[in-house]
Amino acid sequence: MTLNQISVFVENNPGKLMQLTDVLAKHQINMRALSLAETSEFGIVRIIVDDTKGASNVLTQEGFIHSITQVLGVAIPDEPGGLNEVLNILSGTGMNVEYMYAFLGGKETRHAYMIFHVQNPAAAVAALAAKGIDCIDQESLTAL
Amino acid sequence: MERYYQPEIECAPVEKIKALQDERLLKQVQHVWDNVPYYRHLMEEKGVTPADIKGTQDLHKLPFLTKDDLRKAYPYGLMGKPKKDCVRIQSTSGTTGKRVVAFYTQHDIDLWEDCCARAIMAAGGTEEDVCQVSYGYGLFTGGPGLNGGSHKVGCLTVPTSSGNTERQIMFIQDLESTILCCTPSYAAYLGETMKEMGLTPDQIPLKAGIFGAEAWSEEMRQDIQNTLGIKAYDIYGLTELSGPGVSFECSEQSGMHINEDHFIAEIIDPNTGEVLPEGTKGELVFTSLTKEAFPLLRYRTRDICVLSRKKCSCGRTFIKMAKPMGRSDDMLIIRGVNVFPSQIEAVLLNAGYPANYQIIIDRVRNTDTFDVQVEMTPEMFTDNVGEIQKRQAALEAGLRSMLGISAKVVLVAPKTIARSEGKAVRVIDKRKI
Repeated sequence: MTLNQISVFVENNPGKLMQLTDVLAKHQINMRALSLAETSEFGIVRIIVDDTKGASNVLTQEGFIHSITQVLGVAIPDEPGGLNEVLNILSGTGMNVEYMYAFLGGKETRHAYMIFHVQNPAAAVAALAAKGIDCIDQESLTAL
Repeated sequence: MERYYQPEIECAPVEKIKALQDERLLKQVQHVWDNVPYYRHLMEEKGVTPADIKGTQDLHKLPFLTKDDLRKAYPYGLMGKPKKDCVRIQSTSGTTGKRVVAFYTQHDIDLWEDCCARAIMAAGGTEEDVCQVSYGYGLFTGGPGLNGGSHKVGCLTVPTSSGNTERQIMFIQDLESTILCCTPSYAAYLGETMKEMGLTPDQIPLKAGIFGAEAWSEEMRQDIQNTLGIKAYDIYGLTELSGPGVSFECSEQSGMHINEDHFIAEIIDPNTGEVLPEGTKGELVFTSLTKEAFPLLRYRTRDICVLSRKKCSCGRTFIKMAKPMGRSDDMLIIRGVNVFPSQIEAVLLNAGYPANYQIIIDRVRNTDTFDVQVEMTPEMFTDNVGEIQKRQAALEAGLRSMLGISAKVVLVAPKTIARSEGKAVRVIDKRKI
């Protein structure tokens, strides 16, 4: 129950991010979630799309260096303490959250959605499931 | 089995070569004295006449020629034959100033092509081979030189000239070219492109490459050999002396045999002009023994190099020159330290990056800034910012230990560094000094 995230290398210069979004727009690729990690010279754009393989092929053709990473998508009840509970479960496994970011769930407003990157996604999914928290898969993400 | 184009001279006893050099030098000095007033004047200034030159032991008495002289004498000032006897000019790219124009009689072209033929046979070439010449044709000596050499060996010659990468690859695959002649940076680019097309070395018919006209490192050789599945041979030359084929590599791939029946090589101290003993590092100086139309005596190449007469397993007795460690005009002085682009290339290749880099130097508040742009590769990319920065830091540490000064590594997107299909632009020096 993990999601495929595409991480793209982008120079931290004017217009470079737009070159990427241009390519995605040209090929009708819709981003479901996006986050940007940057240094002063380069950034990594992390995106989740419906068709990972298709998007990856397009990026290769267009000369973008990228990789695919397994991440967790977690629906968190949109109420105080929601995120705290999830982090509590993950920290109980001794796992470090390397990065995380939020995205909107479209029509579904009772939950907030978070993407987590941890060392062992499968173990994290199991730990969350044991406490009754489900991770979403690529299909349910598309349906949102 | 080692093959030779002219074994009787390529493998002659050293004494025989020396005797030939003595004899040819006397004739050449007289020819220059009689026909090149510019050089005669330099000799007179130094108080030397042809009578003072009795053999190669007296070579040091002659004045040097520099690129500056060639510019001053431009265009006809160093011509050794009347125009009616000359059949061709070739010219340098003129990137470092005014173009240098060199002249050839038919005899000069013939001997030049012989030199290139020796290089092709030393790389294993025979009349069975299909030799694709992807050096530029025209004023540049690369194309015409190797083209002529390839004809003399009897190879089926494919004169593609430089550029149009797709067509180059099409001919390599369709005609099953076995020998490729071009600049090393273009060979690397062709290799990279073929790899991207999904071609593995065993699907590429090439078996040997003859690469020259720019500096390249041993690591780059390994890289090219691996991607193209060939043996890559170095070739050296200057338009001023004829073009490629002044020296060439043999099966040992450990230095280039100088065609000593046509050229005398000396190593000098670039500051004092004093001749240094064999095995000492210094500036390479050439005297052309057989050129009629452009007979240069003691021409300073600016290439820093070492000579060695150690016995070579290929059987050739010609002295060998090491790969030039840099040109004095290639050499950068950054924060007072001598830096050669080839050193940077070595660090990158050692760390697993391709040799696609560009050095950008500027001067900000009286201090040199030194950036090395390196293209990101799929192998080096990871989703982890910290990890990428670690790799960047490792490259910076590698550069610091190689150069003795620190450089900033800037990772850039693929194909952002312009690859020229002739000579690669490796250095952008924005300093206004």
